[in-house]
Amino acid sequence: MEGSVAYENDLHLKATELRLGLPGTDEREEHAVSNVRNNKRPLQEGGANGKSDSQNETAPPAKAQIVGWPPIRSYRKNNFQSKKNESEGPGIYVKVSMDGAPYLRKIDLKVYTGYRELLQALENMFKFTIGEYSEREGYKGSDYAPTYEDKDGDWMLVGDVPWEMFITSCKRLRIMKGSEARGLGCGV
Amino acid sequence: MLWVSRKTIKMNYFPDEVLEHMFFFITSHKDRNSVSLVCKSWYKIERYSRQRVFIGNCYSISPERLIARFPGLKSLTLKGKPHFADFNLVPHEWGGFVYPWIEALAKSRIGLEELRLKRMVVSDESLEFLSKSFVNFKSLVLVSCEGFTTDGLAAIAANCRFLRELDLQENEVDDQRGHWLSCFPESCTSLVTLNFACLKGEINLGALERLVVRSPNLKSLRLNHAVPLDTLQKLLMQAPQLVDLGTGSYVDDPSSEAYSKLKSVFQRCKSIRSLSGFFEVAPHCMSAIYPICRNLTFLNLSYAPGLHGNELTKLIQHCRKLQRLWILDCIGDKGLGVVASTCKELQELRVFPSDLGPGNAAMTEEGLVLLSEGCPKLNSLLYFCQQMTNAALITVAKNCPNFIRFRLCILDPVKCDPVTNQPLDEGFGAIVHFCKGLKRLSLTGLLTDQVFNYIGMYAEQLEMLSIAFAGDSDEGMLYVLNGCKKLRKLEIMKSRFGNAALLEDMGKYEAMRSLWMSSCEVTLGGCKTLAEKMPRLSVEIINESEQMEFSHDDRQKVDKMYLYRTLVGHRKDSPAFVCIL
Repeated sequence: MEGSVAYENDLHLKATELRLGLPGTDEREEHAVSNVRNNKRPLQEGGANGKSDSQNETAPPAKAQIVGWPPIRSYRKNNFQSKKNESEGPGIYVKVSMDGAPYLRKIDLKVYTGYRELLQALENMFKFTIGEYSEREGYKGSDYAPTYEDKDGDWMLVGDVPWEMFITSCKRLRIMKGSEARGLGCGV
Repeated sequence: MLWVSRKTIKMNYFPDEVLEHMFFFITSHKDRNSVSLVCKSWYKIERYSRQRVFIGNCYSISPERLIARFPGLKSLTLKGKPHFADFNLVPHEWGGFVYPWIEALAKSRIGLEELRLKRMVVSDESLEFLSKSFVNFKSLVLVSCEGFTTDGLAAIAANCRFLRELDLQENEVDDQRGHWLSCFPESCTSLVTLNFACLKGEINLGALERLVVRSPNLKSLRLNHAVPLDTLQKLLMQAPQLVDLGTGSYVDDPSSEAYSKLKSVFQRCKSIRSLSGFFEVAPHCMSAIYPICRNLTFLNLSYAPGLHGNELTKLIQHCRKLQRLWILDCIGDKGLGVVASTCKELQELRVFPSDLGPGNAAMTEEGLVLLSEGCPKLNSLLYFCQQMTNAALITVAKNCPNFIRFRLCILDPVKCDPVTNQPLDEGFGAIVHFCKGLKRLSLTGLLTDQVFNYIGMYAEQLEMLSIAFAGDSDEGMLYVLNGCKKLRKLEIMKSRFGNAALLEDMGKYEAMRSLWMSSCEVTLGGCKTLAEKMPRLSVEIINESEQMEFSHDDRQKVDKMYLYRTLVGHRKDSPAFVCIL
């Protein structure tokens, strides 16, 4: 049974290839997903999803768009979506200050799905660049370090704790600049 | 009782009245259909005495022919859109309109008393027409329908003087904020069933209370989310005889007066056997329900994501007589273990996903195995999960050989067995092999043609099969079409089946109700061939893409094809995006 159909040898034209995404979805996702169908060998371990890491970021959004999947009555789906929105409640708005900037901004942390998006948004908002994050050395490569005040009143470096924990404990954000920033990044 | 002696008795010596009396006891549609085929005289007697008719596809026959054959019709059940319409695969304007049926019935002398519709388009006009046309109309049941508003319900309430049953299940209803409940006249005291759980809007609570007070026969009451807990308490005080209850929003402070009144009134409700609702739920308020739990046979918590963990399992532990359970996957595998050890009478389980992302489903094969070990009477399953293994499916098949319905949905639709990395062919093969009475099957996971080989070989009673993302070639579909003699409905999406399979045994489709194929490999040319050779089938091509023009290239793959047998030719009400070949 394993050897009987070898997808790699089929003359499938791209246009007629069965894909799990809608036409026009990400080429990368399309490739990743068709690997799932074509490849009868083991899917990689790593999470219950069994998908290899490179697919983790792109797989969920496209999957959610497959018409007719998952097979749940629209009545139930709509019910569930509206409940989800309700239960999430109002956004988590926090003030963001940047050293040297004349006024503060406010952002809704719920809008972002993770640190990468948040930091990108901050970079755009204040027109600066944050360096590379590493656990050992904080944000290297720039004069800025994103920090936040947590529930205990302590100033913490953004990125150390899991995202979910971060958004529930973050009271306000401050983008530190200059020597103060570098001081925070170095080991104690 | 009639003696049947050793001598042959010639059946046509029975007077018609005797036959009629005998037929009265034959209620199943299948049996009635068989009876009508015996001989002309039986056909005639049967058709005059038939009161209940079931039409599985509203386009397979016309209302005129129905009325001509069954002049004594009192109860009609109609189904419209194909099953995959539930999952947004069929555009809203596709069809399934009830109006022409009501119009035709109204013109005739039929004394319609009951109308049950599923997946049909029901306009306010049709509801009003219905309410004014049949003096003895008693029962309206709408399931997964759309197209009407609360204005239509107001007409039913106002005009159907002997209404017993108004049962709305999971319909898309536009709430006009009219006071439809107040439209039930004071003289209306005949209600037995009132289910408006699917309505989204506010409810006139006073009108509801007054209605319940004057309905002493009320047995089934299902409220919508807009009915708060204190109203529930007041209603139950007036209707302790209820057998089926759907709560509204079940939220209150456990120390409130309303809640303590509710607790005591629940203790008086000794007849409740079926419980649902809980659209919003305060877990601390669930203990009020414990006295009812011990007699419950049906529990539906599938709209209550707020109930999980200990509160949920505590509740279940009180439900020792449960036969049917609908639940969300926040119950988890362990929770199913609690179900397995408590609910020994369980026959039906439905586990719905509470989060639609593929990586987030909470159930795995472990929960299902635990369940099968504890509940051998299980015969109907709908199970959304993250993963499944062949070993688990084989165990389940052996533990529960009584399955009639087995629907498994792995949220990642092509996921293989995570332990062995094999397709799930062997697991499903075991299900069809051991469960000899299986009538309905839905498959997911990584599946090759082999699973269809098993299905064709073993699933002798199979009537409905749903396939998605499965199979390698036309062989798969052919195994099924050639093997499953009792197959009535086949629906396939995104699978590698094409013209060869479609066209091999075209006569088979006249023995089936319908075939749905979407995102498969069948081409326009293949469908045209089929339509040409089989005039008693209606072959519809549903084309939703931007260009409304249907391509004339026969090699073009067809996005969606729906075919069904019909005695009345092509329907006249199809929209522009449907092409009937």
